[in-house]
Parts: sequence; C-alpha cells; structure tokens
Amino acid sequence: MSFLNNLLFGYYPYIAGTVFLLGSIVRFDMSQYTWKTNSSQLFDSSRRFRIGNILFHVGIILLFFGHLVGLLMPHWMYPWFGLTPGSKQVMAMTAGGIFGTLALVGGWILIQRRLTNERVRANSSRMDTFIILLLYVQLVLGMLTIPVSATHLDGGTMLELADWAQHIVTFRPGAAEYIADVSLVFKLHLFLGLTTFLVFPFTRLVHIWSAPVWYLGRSYQLVRQRQG
Amino acid sequence: MSHFLDRLMFFRKVQDQFADGHGQTTYEDRSWEKAYRQRWQHDKIVRSTHGVNCTGACSWKIYVKDGLVTWETQQTDYPRTRPDLPNHEPRGCPRGASYSWYIYSANRLKYPMIRGRLLRAWREARAEHNDPVDAWAALTSDPERVRDYQSVRGLGGLVRADWDEVTELIAAANIHTIKRYGPDRIAGFSPIPAMSMLSYAAGTRYLSLLGGVCLSFYDWYCDLPPASPMTWGEQTDVPESADWYNSKFIMMWGSNVPQTRTPDAHFMTEARYNGTKMVTVSPDYAEATKFADRWLAPKQGTDAALAMALGHVILREYHLDNPSDYFVDYCRRYTDMPFLVRLDDNAGHTVPGRFLRAADFAEALGEDGKPDWKTVAFDEASDEVVVPQGSVGFRWDESGGWNLEQRDGQGREISLRLSQLDSRDDVATVAFPYFGGIAHEHFNSTEHPDVLERRVPVRRVTLANGETARVATVYDLMMAHYGLDRGLDDDAVASSYDDDLPYTPAWQEHITGVDRRDVVQVAREFAETAHKTNGRSMVILGAGLNHWYHMDMNYRGIINMLVMCGCVGQSGGGWAHYVGQEKLRPQTGWLPVAFALDWARPPRQMNGTSFFYAHTDQWRYERLRVDEILSPLADADDWQGSLIDYNVRAERMGWLPSAPQLGRNPLEVAREAIEAGEDPKAYVVEQLRSGRLHMACEDPDDPANYPRNMFVWRSNLLGSSGKGHEYFLRHLLGTSDGVQAEDLHELDDGEKPAEVTWHDEAPRGKLDLLVTLDFRMSTTCLYSDVVLPTATWYEKNDLNTSDMHPFIHPLSEAVNPAWESRSDWDIYRDLAKRFSELVNGHLGVEKDVVTVPLLHDTPAELAQPYDVQDWRKGECDPVPGQTMPNITVVERDYPALYERFTALGPLMEQLGNGGKGISWNTEAEVEFLGRLNGRWHDGEHHKGRPKMYTAIDAAETVMSLAPETNGHVAVKAWGALERFTGREHSHLAAHKADESIRFRDIVAQPRKIISSPTWSGIESEEVCYNAGWTNVHQLIPWRTLTGRQQLYQDHAWMRAFGEGFTTYRPPVNTRTVRPLLGERGNGNPELVLNWITPHQKWGIHSTYSDNLLMLTLSRGGPIVWMSEGDAKRAGIEDNDWIEVFNTNGALVARAVVSQRVPDGMTMMYHAQERIVNTPGSEITGARGGIHNSVTRAVLKPTHMIGGYAQQSWGFNYYGTVGSNRDEFVIVRRMDKVDWLEGDDESILEQEYTR
Repeated sequence: MSFLNNLLFGYYPYIAGTVFLLGSIVRFDMSQYTWKTNSSQLFDSSRRFRIGNILFHVGIILLFFGHLVGLLMPHWMYPWFGLTPGSKQVMAMTAGGIFGTLALVGGWILIQRRLTNERVRANSSRMDTFIILLLYVQLVLGMLTIPVSATHLDGGTMLELADWAQHIVTFRPGAAEYIADVSLVFKLHLFLGLTTFLVFPFTRLVHIWSAPVWYLGRSYQLVRQRQG
Repeated sequence: MSHFLDRLMFFRKVQDQFADGHGQTTYEDRSWEKAYRQRWQHDKIVRSTHGVNCTGACSWKIYVKDGLVTWETQQTDYPRTRPDLPNHEPRGCPRGASYSWYIYSANRLKYPMIRGRLLRAWREARAEHNDPVDAWAALTSDPERVRDYQSVRGLGGLVRADWDEVTELIAAANIHTIKRYGPDRIAGFSPIPAMSMLSYAAGTRYLSLLGGVCLSFYDWYCDLPPASPMTWGEQTDVPESADWYNSKFIMMWGSNVPQTRTPDAHFMTEARYNGTKMVTVSPDYAEATKFADRWLAPKQGTDAALAMALGHVILREYHLDNPSDYFVDYCRRYTDMPFLVRLDDNAGHTVPGRFLRAADFAEALGEDGKPDWKTVAFDEASDEVVVPQGSVGFRWDESGGWNLEQRDGQGREISLRLSQLDSRDDVATVAFPYFGGIAHEHFNSTEHPDVLERRVPVRRVTLANGETARVATVYDLMMAHYGLDRGLDDDAVASSYDDDLPYTPAWQEHITGVDRRDVVQVAREFAETAHKTNGRSMVILGAGLNHWYHMDMNYRGIINMLVMCGCVGQSGGGWAHYVGQEKLRPQTGWLPVAFALDWARPPRQMNGTSFFYAHTDQWRYERLRVDEILSPLADADDWQGSLIDYNVRAERMGWLPSAPQLGRNPLEVAREAIEAGEDPKAYVVEQLRSGRLHMACEDPDDPANYPRNMFVWRSNLLGSSGKGHEYFLRHLLGTSDGVQAEDLHELDDGEKPAEVTWHDEAPRGKLDLLVTLDFRMSTTCLYSDVVLPTATWYEKNDLNTSDMHPFIHPLSEAVNPAWESRSDWDIYRDLAKRFSELVNGHLGVEKDVVTVPLLHDTPAELAQPYDVQDWRKGECDPVPGQTMPNITVVERDYPALYERFTALGPLMEQLGNGGKGISWNTEAEVEFLGRLNGRWHDGEHHKGRPKMYTAIDAAETVMSLAPETNGHVAVKAWGALERFTGREHSHLAAHKADESIRFRDIVAQPRKIISSPTWSGIESEEVCYNAGWTNVHQLIPWRTLTGRQQLYQDHAWMRAFGEGFTTYRPPVNTRTVRPLLGERGNGNPELVLNWITPHQKWGIHSTYSDNLLMLTLSRGGPIVWMSEGDAKRAGIEDNDWIEVFNTNGALVARAVVSQRVPDGMTMMYHAQERIVNTPGSEITGARGGIHNSVTRAVLKPTHMIGGYAQQSWGFNYYGTVGSNRDEFVIVRRMDKVDWLEGDDESILEQEYTR
C-alpha cells in the first residue's frame, strides 16, 4: 500500500509536472497554431452560455489561487495573517464552498451545452469534451472534501496536505508519507489534480498560459520596433 | 528561433516609450506573420482555362506554390480588338474562381476505380484464362455474372484498382466486342469539343481507329436549334458578344445573359451606356430583366405566338404600308421570298406545295447541271421565269455559279420579283394549317378553324409536261399566312391589330397574356431601328425557347422577324443563339485528329438523340401519337406508325445515321461478301433488299444490336444531360430505377410500333461495360463499371475556343496530374497501346462495312428532290447514297492501332483536308509538322510519319492544319471556296498569309483567329464576328436549297407536319401526370406544374454543383423554384422538402418560393448533382433523382428529314433533338424525409454485400 501511495503521490507528481512543463514548452514552440481554445462562441453565444461561462471561470480562477496560496504558504506565515490552522481551514472550506458552487453551476451549463448543442458538439474534439468532464469530476471531488473536513475542524489534515505539496515543490523526500492516512476522497482529488497537470499540454487548457492579464497594465499603443 | 525562448525577453519587452508613456515600443517576434504573407506568395503563374460548357472560355492565371495549385484569378491580357470597342476583359465568374477547390477535394478522383463485383468476376475469369480477351468472353458469356454487377450500378461498391489491370480489362472488352458483335457496338459520348479539343479528340481518335461510334451531343442537349439548319444550312453561327455593343436594339428572349453568360454581360452594360434599347422576353422575372427598358412576360411555351404577332406588325407597317427600301432590297437578294412555290390541290383545298425547279420547265430553262435542285423566280424586267444563281444545284454542278449575284444561270442580270400582286393572273384561296385551336389542359387555345383559308395572288406557268401550274411567291404566301390584308377582298385576314384573327397582336394576347399594345410598340421599335441603321436589331435567345417540342416554331418566328428587317449578316444585328460552346474555331484542323481521318475515312458518327431514344428503350413508352402533331391538311392514313417508326424509315433512307448499323457484325458481313466473291457494297444492298440482313435499328432490343461497351468522358451523361434518366437506368444499365410508367405492352391502349420488332420482355442492362473518365466523382462515375481519374483543367495541355470571343487560348499543365490521374490524351494513348498488344491472335487487318448517311455539305445532300420514296416498301430501288445510306468498306489495322494513334496518317497528303463542302491540298502542312513535331524513326506502321505522341504534338497538328490558326491554309481554303462561288474571297485572309499560331504562342497570350470560309463571319479590324456576314457581304450563298435564307420549308414531311411556314403550336401532351395524380397521396395537396429546367447560377451544368464553395453561396443542395401562389395552394413554405414526380420518375429538392416565378410553372436549375444533400423519394423509395428523372425524350419526325439540301444530316448539325419542356409534374410537400442512411452497422453491411 505504501508503495502505491509513494508511486502516486511521491513520483507521479514529478511525472505529471514534467509532462506539464515540457509539454507546454514543446507545444508552444512546435505548434503555435494549436495554442488556442477553439472557441465555440460562434456556434452558440446564448445568454445561458455566457452566464455559465463567467460563473465557471470566476469560480475556477479563484479556486486555483485559493489552492495555490492555501497549499504553498509556509505554516510559519499563518500568524502573520492572524490565522490558526483551524481558522484557516474554516476559511478555506467557506471560500472553496462558495467558489466551488459557482464553478459547479457554470460547469454544469457548459457541459450540458457541449453535449447537447448540435453545432457545438459537432465542432468539439474528444479532448474538449474530456477536459470539461475531467474538471467537473475534479470539482465534485473537491466539494465532497468539505463534509469530510467538517468532521475534523482542527486543521490537521490541511497541514498534512500543505506539507505534502510543499515537499513536492521543494524536491524534499518523503512527501507521500504526509498524506498516507488522509481520507480517500482527498487522495482521489489529489490524483485527479495531478492528472489534470499531466493532460494539460494536450488540451485547450494551454490557454491558461496565455491569459491576457498584461492588458491590465499595458500602454494604450504598442509599436513593434523594426528588427535587424 | 524558439517561440518559448523569445518569450524569455519578457522583462525587456518594452524597449521605449513615447507620447508621455501612452505608447510603448516593443521587440516582439513577428515571424508568425509569415503564415499570412506566404498565403499570397507563389512560385509561378500559368495560363489555363476551364474546360466547361459555359461559352465563357475565359483565360485564367493559375497560381502554383510548392507544386500545388493555390488559387486562380482572371487574366486581363486579351489582345485589343477594335478602337471603338470596350475591352474583352474582365472575363470570369465565381464558378471559375472556385475551380481549384476540386483539385484537392474529397470529390477528386485520385485512383482508377472499378466495380467490386466486376473485379472479382474478372479476376476469377483471368485465373481461368491466360488470354484477357478470352477471359472477357468467358465472363460476359455468363448472363448471371453480368447481371451480378449490372444490377448494382449506382449503388456504391467501387474499389480502388490499378492502371494496368483496368486498362487490360477495357482493351480486352473492346477486342471481344469487335470480334463477337462488331466495332459499331462500341460507343463513346463526349460533348462540346471546343472546351478541350484534344481531350475530346483523344477518345474519338481511339474509337474511330477501331471503328467505334462517336455520339453527337448538341442535338441531344436540345441546344441545337433545328431552325438554324432549316433556314441557313448552318448548324449555328452567332455574333460574338462584343457585337452587342454595335447593336441599337436588343431583345433578350428566353436568355438570361448575366446569369448564364456572366463574363460577357459587361458588354450588355456597356451597350446600354452606348444607348442601345433593350427588351427582355421571359415568363419569369429573370436576372436579365435588370437590363431591360421593357419586359414582356408571355406564358411559357407560347413565344411563337408572340413572334408571329410581332412579324404581323412588321410586315404590315414596314413591307406593305410604308415599305422600307432597305428591307425590300434585302429580302429580294438574301431570302427565298421571291422564289416560286407550286400550289397543289389537296382534298378540296389549295395548299402550298414544293418549290418549282428548273427541271419542271421545258429544257430545264437551259440548265444542264442538277436542274432538279435549282429553284426559280420571276425576273422583274423581263417578266420571265429565271433560274437565279446560288441555289444548291449551282453548288454541286460545280459550275462556279454558286453565288448571290443578281444573275441567272445564263449570266443575265436579273432582279427578282417579290410579289405577284400587280402582275397576277389570278387569286387563289390557299389553305394553311392552324394549330392554335388544339385544346391543352394548361395552355389557352383559340376558337379558330384548324385550316385557315386566305387569298394569294398567283401566276400560271406552263411546265415541261404541258401542265399549267399555279405558282405563288414565298413572299405572297407569307403575307397571307401572317393574315395581312392585301386588298384581295379577303374576309379571313385582319383589317386591324385588334381583330381576333391569327396572327394579330390581339390574337396572341389570349395565348401569351402579353398586352397587344406592347407587341405593336416593340415591333415598331425593332423594325424602325433596323430600318434606320441597316439591320442593327438583334435577338439574343437560348435554351429557354429551344427546349420545347415545337422549338422550331419559336425560333423560326423570331428568325422571320430578323430576316424581314434585314438584320442577319449585319454588324450589330441578327440572331444570337447562345447555348453551348459550339464554336470549335480550328475545326477543319481538328477533324482529322479527332476522327482519325488521317488513317481511315469515313468515321462512324451517330446522332445522340435517336441512339439514346432507341437504346434506353424510351420508345417503348411513347405516348405522343403522330396524328396529334400532323397537319390537318395531311391525310392521316399516309402517316401511320409510332415516332420510332419514322426514325427507322429515316435511317433506312439514309437520312439519319445508325448505330449499330447492320443487324450483324460488319466485319463478318465483309467476310461473307469476300467469301461469296462479291463486291461488299452490292452484297449488302442485295442482302438488305432480300431481307436476309436487317438494319440494326429495326430491332434495337435484339442482344446482337445492343451497344455493348460505352465510354463517357468530359461528360456527366447520367447526372446531367440524360433525358429520361430513369429509363437509362432501367434498360441501358439494368440497375434499380424510378420508372413509374407502363410500356406499350403493359398498357391496354398501347399501339406498338410497326417498323420495329417488339419484344414483350424489355431488355435490362444492355451495356457490358461502362467506362467513365472524369476528375471528380460525378453521378455518371457512380453508375460506371470502371472510372478513370483524369487530369483537371490545370493539369493538362489543350485548346479552347468559344463563340463569344474571337480568341484561341490554351489549357496548360500548371502542375502534374495529382495522385494517379492522367490526361485524357495519355489515357486513350495507353489504352490504344494495350489494345494493340492484346489484339494479336484475335483480330488482324479487317474489312469493316460502314454505312454513311446522306451528309450535308456533300453532293449526297441532293438525294430525293421531290417525293419521298422508301425502298423497303418497294417504292424505289435501294441505291446507296441516294435512296439509302451509302455503303463503304474501311480497312481496320487493329494491331497497328497504337502506332496510328500516335502519328499523323498518310491520307492527309493523299486526300487533302477540308470541311463544309470544300477541300484543299495540305501536303505542305504535313511536311511542316514532320519537321516541327519530328518523325517516327521506328515502328512498322508509322515509320516516317509526323509524331503525335503528346497532347502538345496534337495541338500543333490541329493548329497547323486549320485555316483559323494558319494563314497559308486560310488562303488555300478561301481559294477552294472561290472555285464554287466564282468570286474572289482570298483578300479576307491574304494579309495574314504568313501568320501562324502555335501552342506556345497562345500560352503566352490568347490570339485572334484568322478568317476562314468554314465560318460565316470574319475577323477583321473593321467588324466584329457576326453570323451571315460573308453571305451578305461576300455574296456566298447560304447552304440551303435556294441558297438564300429559307423561310419556306418545302420538303414533303415539313408540309405534312404543317411546318412549311412557321406558325404557333401549343406544347404537346406527354401524358405523364394523369396516371399518378391523386393515386400515390401522402396526405399533402398535389399541384400540377410545367417543368422548366433552366441553366443555373451556381454551376455550369452539373460542374460546380458539388463544389463546396458554390454550395455555400447557394442553398447547399438541390432546389426547385415555385411561385408564391402555387406554394400557398400546396401548403409549401420556402425551404420545405418537396417531391416532384410523374410517370417518368421522381426527385426531391428543397422549395425556393419566389415572386420570380409565375403560377403554373416550376423551375429546377438543371443538372444539380444528386450526390450532395439528396434524401430518398417517397415515390420510388430510392435516393433523390435528378431533374431528368421526370423527363423523357420525345422525337419529332421533321427533324429526321435527310438528303434534302440543308435538311441533311450532319454530326451535331441536324437531326432529332431531346426536347423536355412540354413535361408536367406533380409537386407536393414531403411527409417524411428519409436520408436512407441507416445506422453504421447497416451501412457497413451494405458495403460488404455490394
């Protein structure tokens, strides 16, 4: 059992991470014209879709940053924000619950549209359908962790998960042991999360790399210099 | 270098700032923009065109990048013509601009394909027989094996094959067929050579060398207007589009110029700027109406009534009341109006008979040569009967008097008298047939008797036999026929335009629905313009009028107007019949190449309409009776039989050609004759006379007379032009079909033909092998046994000309033929090679008995000058070349077929070259070609002969031999004509004597052609090409009986069918609707509508109708137009799926409900490919159908006339035509739209079973 635990949460993160980074770079370099989301908005841009789309994106972006901060912030920094592990867990459960609900509602609209709208469906690749279903299952799993967490509000499990994550990203050995005993639903959620990284370069998720955040800070006019 | 590494410049991305920081300069990589820049880069531009039957013949730039065609744009470098004319460019249309899509599309044929079941049977047979010919013999001797693949034609099941295997199969099939049944059991169909001359010639050269039959197309498409050969002895000759600009009054009559002549339409706009007045005549609100100052909308099919009324007004005002000097002089010199017609007594009526001839008079009025064929008239000055020069007798007595000078045969100056009104001996009451009273469910008839009696001034003349005959001029008869009052106390003629008498403006109102005031106004404007401008009034007309059963009436009515006003042969005037790309400018250079006249003459040629009528067994369903179309003045007892009987009689008398020809293998017949020690010609005559040998036409359903092998190339016979499509499928192909009709055997009241052997069991599947060459998977390909992938129009070298402009220009090989495709020339050359390899041991040098009809433009066109006599009925002796087809023996050297194919043969030096009745020596050109193309240094059969190995060799041969592209030949050709006319014409080409146009010249730029006597217009710096110009200005006679424009047709059959003079005849009743109306209901209301199939906007015939770009511009599948009123009545809304059906079959399409269409008719743009978006039919249970699924060809006996001057057969010149507009259909909304696709499992299962 510990072998499997170590394989999935000790080694698999590095495999997934490597594919994620290298795959993204290779695709970016070799196949620029595929670096896109294949927008289906030409086929259907109904009000329902636009609501679902915004809900899903808002939810998922906030969830992403919630996980990023929550998992990777060193424990010794908690007091800086006046947090205890217990209160941080409650905050995470609350924020996660709210944003997760947004994403769940939006995601449901998107899935329904992708599967039932004829024009969208006809123009969807298998990967398009797969990735939305994957994300949705991951969302559901994430939401299922909330009732489990509610049975132990001391933040202990949360710290174990954070330790695991921080050991992984800092290449410290023994990461998998931190989560050997957490509830199955957490493990499933983690595994699926890692898998999302694994498939990332093969899907439309690459658009995340190119999210146009720099528009917020750029000047009104950009002029490219003559080269060479 | 790496997009990713470049991104690592992230923090230095901003280089500088400007405008107070509102702008930034960056250093971003721009190499991604190359993708867009490269989109418009190319390696080369090559000149080519589209080998499609649109008459456009536009030159295009083909852009090539990395060995692939990327796109095309219009060429703009046409040579300037005349200083005061607008440019020819721009020429092109969206259809042509979308062509390159085809090359790399899924629809492109990439590999040879063969019917899977046939391949399996063939491989089994090949395993048993080492010799492929024996294998084919074994395969086809087993009817079950043949039925096995015949019965699934059109149902999929084509598999990829390799070239070697299919070439061997085709060659073996041809050899076996020649051996077993005869070479005339192999037929080939390919249309419109002008669009890609060498591709056409490749197939016909192969067929002609082996003795196969080349089928005509112009008549089958019903684009051939029989009125043109009747009137002018000319297939079709028309002004180029630039001549519209010279016109001052244009009527666009049933021709939709901007839609169907898109590249030429700019001349119409320019003519309008130039002040030309325009009138359109069309039942629907067609696109051309936008040009019009006035739009006349007669009910469809009644145009002849309108034309008659217009003619009535013109004659009244410009010939009788205020005669125009110009018109009168023109009619005297250039028409048959002054010529004398005998009046005959006929069952109590006096009727116009035949033209009087010199031979009718004592001592033939001094005419020694061909006096039976010299027509006569009164000279005004001497008041004597004279024999004016120029009639057909002067042509073939070769006296050099065949011209239109105002002289008689003795050289005296004469001036012919038009009317006898003032010099009459008497007035006769002459009877004319009237057909406007015939009731038709959907057309208005009038209350007039079926015989109109009108008074005509006559003279009495004494004939050689002592008889005194009453004679009238055509002019006087025409005036009476048009119902004009000549002051002869005639109650039966009109005293005003408001009289309801045929053929007044008031009379036509009831039939056409056009306001009488509009008719009078248009007639006056038309004639007044012609009067003031010496004939610059023009009528542009086309398929809209010509596809009716009585198309001759529509056309002759209009031609009469033009002739009355002296418009024909005058710049800016005349008859502009635009239907197909019929003008093959270098025709006389091309003929020897195409029909292998350099190796053997004559070739076997057949009129397509009669061939398909007989061999698709449409005659077995014929419901139109002869008595319905006979003149009320004819005795119905003399005119018995079914329509095919008339065709058989015509073939027997040599009027029409035959295919197959004799009831036995012609090689065997020749062998029998030689064994019997007799001359084959005499032997065949005796055999036919004694009844031991029959002509094949007398029993088309005898397996010995089936066409066994057929080639189709450059054509979509089964997806476009096959009238009676479902009958093709049932009888010729033997596959599943949608015919709902009963044949004459199954019908209770069916009267069977008399001259044709009837088999109660109709044949199914006459063809053993159908081979189609195409670049795309057309409907015809789907029905074929072998499909050969040919080069597209950007992948081959070829020649292209049109009647719409005076240039010759090329198709050229911009890229190599893609995948495994090959050019038509190469495919047939390879086939010839394989044939020659396999033929040894089966066929050697053989004698082939060939029957030749009495051809126009040969002395044989003077066959029976008076009454019609049928040798079969014992009325006369069978005399080859006079009362029956000529019989010749042609030597076929089968092992030498390939070597002959690839070299120019010796008959060019031995017999010369020529066309349209003239010939010239061409030794110098052959010698020149030997040096230009090189000569063969090996090969037993073609050593020393000029090479014709590649298509470019063939192009050089065509262009060197033709007067239009070789000035020396032009001078020789005009010289050859001078010997007939006795006048000097060579100056028309003398200034171009040293000009010769070669293939590389036209690749550089389109070239203007050189004037040639085989056409009736000239190319010059002064005038545009205009039909009839040389007749009027060079006094070259028209190639008719009288040598003039002939408005009266005096052949016995013409008179019997009531068409001596043109008149109005309502559409015929095809009886295809009643048996089904209300019988096969699906719960939706049913409408009966007239079936009109005009040319389309989004394709050229079927080409482009499966092209995604064009489908995107239109509705993406088959459509049928209908009126708002009809749609409402039937509960149909725009874009609904509807079904159209009658006893001929059914089709499905989406409805286009439009104000464009009047009630009572429905339009389906013809030839929309059924392979795109076509669901199943509720009636037939099979997929869709095409527009021809509801049609059936119906022949007209007058088109079968032969051996009578202009009414003689010629390939695509005269003959039966496949009309289709008299057809009615039932239209209703579909209840269930079934795509007949099933699930994946069932499709997969079908694939295997096929």
